[in-house]
Amino acid sequence: MNTPDQSPLTSHESPSYSPLGYPTNLLAPGQTYETVNKTIAEIPLSHAPMSWRFGFFVAFLLLMMFLVAITWLFAKGVGIWGVNIPVAWGFAIVNFVWWVGIAHAGTFISAILLLLFQHWRTAINRFTEAMTLFAVACAGLMPLLHLGRPWVFYWLFPYPDTMGVWPQFRSPLVWDVFAVGTYFTISLLFWYLGLVPDLATVRDRARKLWQKKVYGFFALGWRNSASHWQRHQVAYLLLAGLATPLVLSVHSVVSFDFSVALVPGWHSTIFPPYFVAGAIYSGFEMSLNIVIPVRKIYHLEHLITERYLNNMANIMLATGMIVAYGYFIEAFMAWYSGDIFERYMMMNRAFGPYGWVFWTLMLFNVLVPQALWSARIRRNTVALFIVALFINAGMWIERFVIVITSLNRDFTPSAWHMFSPTRWDWMTLFGSVGLFLTLQFLFIRLVPMISISETRELVAEREKATIK
Amino acid sequence: MSQPYGLLAEFSNHEDLLRAAETAYAAGFRKMDAFAPFPVEGLPEALGKKTRLPLLVLIGGIIGGVGAYYMEWYANAVSYVINIGGRPIHSWPAFIPITFELTVLAAGLTAFFFSLGLSGLPRPHHPLFNVPEFERASQDRFFLCIETRDPNFNRDQTRAFLQGLSPLSIAEVPE
Repeated sequence: MNTPDQSPLTSHESPSYSPLGYPTNLLAPGQTYETVNKTIAEIPLSHAPMSWRFGFFVAFLLLMMFLVAITWLFAKGVGIWGVNIPVAWGFAIVNFVWWVGIAHAGTFISAILLLLFQHWRTAINRFTEAMTLFAVACAGLMPLLHLGRPWVFYWLFPYPDTMGVWPQFRSPLVWDVFAVGTYFTISLLFWYLGLVPDLATVRDRARKLWQKKVYGFFALGWRNSASHWQRHQVAYLLLAGLATPLVLSVHSVVSFDFSVALVPGWHSTIFPPYFVAGAIYSGFEMSLNIVIPVRKIYHLEHLITERYLNNMANIMLATGMIVAYGYFIEAFMAWYSGDIFERYMMMNRAFGPYGWVFWTLMLFNVLVPQALWSARIRRNTVALFIVALFINAGMWIERFVIVITSLNRDFTPSAWHMFSPTRWDWMTLFGSVGLFLTLQFLFIRLVPMISISETRELVAEREKATIK
Repeated sequence: MSQPYGLLAEFSNHEDLLRAAETAYAAGFRKMDAFAPFPVEGLPEALGKKTRLPLLVLIGGIIGGVGAYYMEWYANAVSYVINIGGRPIHSWPAFIPITFELTVLAAGLTAFFFSLGLSGLPRPHHPLFNVPEFERASQDRFFLCIETRDPNFNRDQTRAFLQGLSPLSIAEVPE
């Protein structure tokens, strides 16, 4: 059974834990091509379980609330929100940064881990790529809603208009349009390209004619030919290589929206790396919040093994420490700069009227995640889910602290003004969660949520290892 | 009876398929293809398949990058100049982020559309789909198809050759 050259990467049999206590199984023992095909491909072809229906119902209600909030916004204008001068960037921008951040784990898992030959991406990459798409969709809506005149959003694009005007390409806000637009497009192509062979599997397993037709249409006539696979693999690898710098660039560009401005608390060179680490942190936390219940409901424990959850928790711990370092450096630099505005900003942030928000942030994002040092917590799915939920909220609060506490008291005390969100702000926030969850539920229902072909590769690798 | 599309041999695992592909290539067959439910390492090379995709993606990326920079320069330095405090009009560092983004976008679009296009996809109908066993190519079986248009193809001899590779079954693919 256990030959000496078996590395933890290819070993799918015992032992389940490495000497340091890390789970090692990528795939539960006893899996064959057929069990893998059946487990994953039958989900879109059969009826949805009750828990799915209930979850979808709740998500859909939230989505309807979003619709109401947006309709009222379009009718009345951004005045229905709590935004005013000096806090002109309210929840819309907080939500935008939060959602873009969540999107990052998908690309991190699918692109960077692919290039690094990390096999533990296999069972979760499809999920997280879908999560990326939906989160970017939610994020992209926010600045549009915040425009004031959203119907002229196309002015942001360079097109030869009758006014003879071009966008200001030196502005980070225009960079954002290109960064987020490219990010969405590349994520969509990457996701769909990986999906095509799996859609062919679903097509070939479908029993009803309409299912065969619908999945056949989207499978594009995929034949699993060696030359198709060759181009598919080359394209997939190249897209991964292209998406890798994209992961780092998108949130860097988002951070430029702040750091290029002169506002105390925004004008800081630590922002790009600190934002990117925060993005990966929040993305992994959201993936855990989705993967853990789905794994339970659809009984996918033998495909999404403990090792996945453990590794995701480890990445969260690592990026969480980088984020904590970012908080520390922000405070240190505010003091070290000797700039009175920076110093005051930091004092105001921690002990001013929004001080309690700042300390909640410290609790959620710095203190609670320390629980992940414990292997027992990393292996306990309920505990892991709760920790991830805390970080999820914490990351939203982080963006609130950055946007609101920096703006509400800037250089001139006569301009100071508190920001308090209205019910429309809250409805937009929770409504966008509804949009995200609705799309996520539809994805789980309609397409294979784990890459079947990549899981089959794991099965083949194991067979090879056992023959040896 | 019209000419069939080719002969299709079925195998139970990827190593048998890889050996069969190597043997068939050595026997001089060129117009052939193999089918597997996952990308088998070395299989395209064993069949003598090559792809120009990386070069195309490089060209796509270069076009995207140069085009983006040209667009920004033309828009902000030629067509619609805004002088802010006498700062340089052709401020190249500020043009880099969008140049980068559009390089990635163009290269990515090239990779996606050419990987499908060069494979002749989308193509919903194909003679191979007429073989009932072929639907297992996307599930758990491995196939090698030698096409009739191969100059070395001879219905009986090729069938005997495939038989020599000890497949699970051999089927004739109707046109």
